[in-house]
Amino acid sequence: MLNLHKTMKDISNAADWVSLRQLSEKTTWRSVRDEKPVTNAIVFTEGIMVEVLVNGQFAYAATSDISDGGVKRALEQALLMAKKSSAHKVHPFTLDQRIASKGRYSSPIVKSLDAISAGEINDIFVAATKAMKVSDKVVSRNATAMIVETNMKYVSSEGADIEQNFSIVSTDLSVTAADGNNVQMRSDSGGLARCLQVGAEVFDRASLTQRAQRAGEEAIELLAADNCPEETVDLILAPDIMTLQVHESIGHPLEYDRILGDERNYAGWSFVQPSDFGSLQYGSKLMNVTFDPTIEGEMASYGYDDTGLAATKQFLIKDGVLERGLGSLESQARLNLPGVANYRSSSWNRAPIDRMANINLEGGTQTLEDLISSVERGVYMKANKSWSIDDYRNKFQFGCEYAQLIENGKITKTLKNPNYRGTTVKFWNGLKGVSAKTEVFGSPFCGKGEPNQIIRVGHATPHCLFSNVEVFGA
Amino acid sequence: MNFTTRTQINFNKVADKVLAAILPNEEISVNFNAEETLFVRFNNSKVRQTTSVEQTSLEIRVQFNGRTADASFNLTGNTEHDQAQGLKWLEILRKEIATLPEDPYQVPMTNNGSSESAHTGKLLAAADVVEAIVTPAQGCDFAGLYTAGPLITANRNSKGQSHWFATESFFMDFSIYNGQKAVKGVYAGTEWKQTDFVKQLESSKAQLALMDKPKKVLQPGAYRTYLAPGAVAEIAGMFRWEAMSYNAYKQGNSSMKKLADKEKSLSPKFSLRENFGMGLTHRFNSLGELAPENLDLIKNGELANFMVSSRSAKEYGVTGNAAEGYEGPRSMEISSGTLAKEDILKELGTGLYLSNLHYINWSDRPTARITGMTRYACFWVENGEIVAPIADLRFDESMYDCFGENLEAVTNFQDVDPEVGTYHGRSFGGKKIPGMLIKDFKFTL
Repeated sequence: MLNLHKTMKDISNAADWVSLRQLSEKTTWRSVRDEKPVTNAIVFTEGIMVEVLVNGQFAYAATSDISDGGVKRALEQALLMAKKSSAHKVHPFTLDQRIASKGRYSSPIVKSLDAISAGEINDIFVAATKAMKVSDKVVSRNATAMIVETNMKYVSSEGADIEQNFSIVSTDLSVTAADGNNVQMRSDSGGLARCLQVGAEVFDRASLTQRAQRAGEEAIELLAADNCPEETVDLILAPDIMTLQVHESIGHPLEYDRILGDERNYAGWSFVQPSDFGSLQYGSKLMNVTFDPTIEGEMASYGYDDTGLAATKQFLIKDGVLERGLGSLESQARLNLPGVANYRSSSWNRAPIDRMANINLEGGTQTLEDLISSVERGVYMKANKSWSIDDYRNKFQFGCEYAQLIENGKITKTLKNPNYRGTTVKFWNGLKGVSAKTEVFGSPFCGKGEPNQIIRVGHATPHCLFSNVEVFGA
Repeated sequence: MNFTTRTQINFNKVADKVLAAILPNEEISVNFNAEETLFVRFNNSKVRQTTSVEQTSLEIRVQFNGRTADASFNLTGNTEHDQAQGLKWLEILRKEIATLPEDPYQVPMTNNGSSESAHTGKLLAAADVVEAIVTPAQGCDFAGLYTAGPLITANRNSKGQSHWFATESFFMDFSIYNGQKAVKGVYAGTEWKQTDFVKQLESSKAQLALMDKPKKVLQPGAYRTYLAPGAVAEIAGMFRWEAMSYNAYKQGNSSMKKLADKEKSLSPKFSLRENFGMGLTHRFNSLGELAPENLDLIKNGELANFMVSSRSAKEYGVTGNAAEGYEGPRSMEISSGTLAKEDILKELGTGLYLSNLHYINWSDRPTARITGMTRYACFWVENGEIVAPIADLRFDESMYDCFGENLEAVTNFQDVDPEVGTYHGRSFGGKKIPGMLIKDFKFTL
């Protein structure tokens, strides 16, 4: 087996700078439908990424052959491509874009994931899907877990020496109910949105069963609900839809690689211009947004990014004004703007790019009840179901699973098929209420990059009240 | 020895070892994936990043006593090491199976035959890639991804089944820009011809020149619209998102439920089928089953078949059609019609010409309503003449309308839309898609 430090010693003079990033990751999927097992699958991936700097150009080569021979072949390939592309580089990079940090990071866990067996998880999910069967109109009941255990080691020719261990669990409970062609779905806060750095303690039978039953009851409730009206009203969004709102209309447009155009052939560009930092009134004064990979247990917490830069909390938007973007040391050099520690790769076989980590909307001072009581006529929506936004991250349309009508400061009835649409800056400037209490969600599936990469993100958000939003039903 | 050859030798030795370790009453299958890929990412006609990836992985499925468990791991190429890893994972799966509940819908393994197919390409040497692309891209603002190399998938099982498919292919997925106005292009195949790439790039430059006018801002509403094959391909992708899945239909999640239940219909001009005769990907699925070469899914506006996996067939007591587990088309073709290329603008008259769409999602599945954005070369047309590029618009439209009574014409040509997805690894396949002329296509923002 490879001795990373010895291998680095052998190749450290092969280029102006060299790093090795070795990653092993075990992803376990468990899913049960209608009390029957569907998937029990483990995906174990292990490999090494060689990165070199030659004539101001970084190049990468990865292999699943984790032997000295495999590393040597990858090194030769990386050197070849660095040399061939350095005459056409987008920027003359230097060692200033790599940090020789030394350190360790581990997810906080109470109970090891080894403490719970495949059979026990299946048993809990059988019970959860049984609890969803609250009516004969329930036609589909699903429980899924995605369990990730990662070990990443990183060394460089300048002396970086980092090891990070992650323990991550995402769960999903969903129910479909049907009455003829009236079909409604309700889940446990959206598809795999309950995701945390956590241990086996997350598989709490009583809690999962209770949430499963509630999802079943609300799916049935939706069958009898009125369609969401089509009008422009006040809108309260619960944290399990705010997580998407923050992700799509704050996180992505603030990524420097989008602003620089690296992403425009795939995920898209951004309406944000470099000159907007420090001046753009992105939202109302109630809007405070942070990049914070240091929060214990949130999905995208870590100690260091893939340049070796230590993770720290930074304000992106303060009192509604855009202050800082999501840019790595490379993007910061290209834009001459301050950024964050966000150069992250999805696995050993991909190069790092500018990513979100935990992008959080800071809590305000009100309660949810305060927000509801302040609304004369409005809609309160929960849990994301549909999402779409343009390639500049401007015009969005999001759908939710469940909504309630608010009339004269009180919730009066349940609404089905709720959707809303808007444009980013106008929408955020309509923010007029923020609850003090925040809730933590996230996603294991943020897609971006060429070649494509999926990465984990976290979002802690409060309940928020927005004015004059277009809502509509099916 | 090249990557494909040495990979095949190692795979067979590791598979032999794992399959030979079978115990009484067990069934074992192995799925294999491998690639040796060069990725070069471009921005501003320069090189943003290069990444070379050599990866192979083996997935083992064990079935015993009505239980199923899977595990996949990466191979190193060192046969002894990989065989030992295979046996280690086999033991892990056996221990896990002992704790699992019975799966009543488990599909027994069978011998679905053997096949071996290997296509050798003519790819650029890695050392030549950057100059081959950067040189003709000078003078324009070019961004995109070049991808090339061998790509392999294979399957064997303990019943004697054996399938191997290897190809050498490339794509250059690009876009060129004039400020915020852009044109999309994809050059893909198995033999890189520099003159063909330059020709395609020049064609994109000519299209970009058409956009050198101020953008026209349109109000939301219903517009007569021509969807070019690239735009239709984006919508067609939604047929892979549970729309044609028999399991999704039975679980209430298929957007084609109303079509199946004959509450709604599509236009007689609309036909969708699975067509492996196009040669874009392999016919065998991950169970090693051979899909029919042609399978009508929607024929002249009526549902002909859902995609039915063997698992669904067992669960619901119907006949399967060798669909993959997710029950979406893998080699999709939408039939051509009668509208000639030279008549498109004339027949459109006044309305929108949309080359591409972006970020489509279901906005209401039961009514097959989708929402998404216009992207790249999209124009306002008046009296058959292109007038101006448009500012991006959001649409929210039901397939039962745009592929139903509002579908006026389908082009008499189809474009191949190659699969350019690279999540985890490169993808196989593509779609063959015509353009469509639609009345009252609905825009909301």
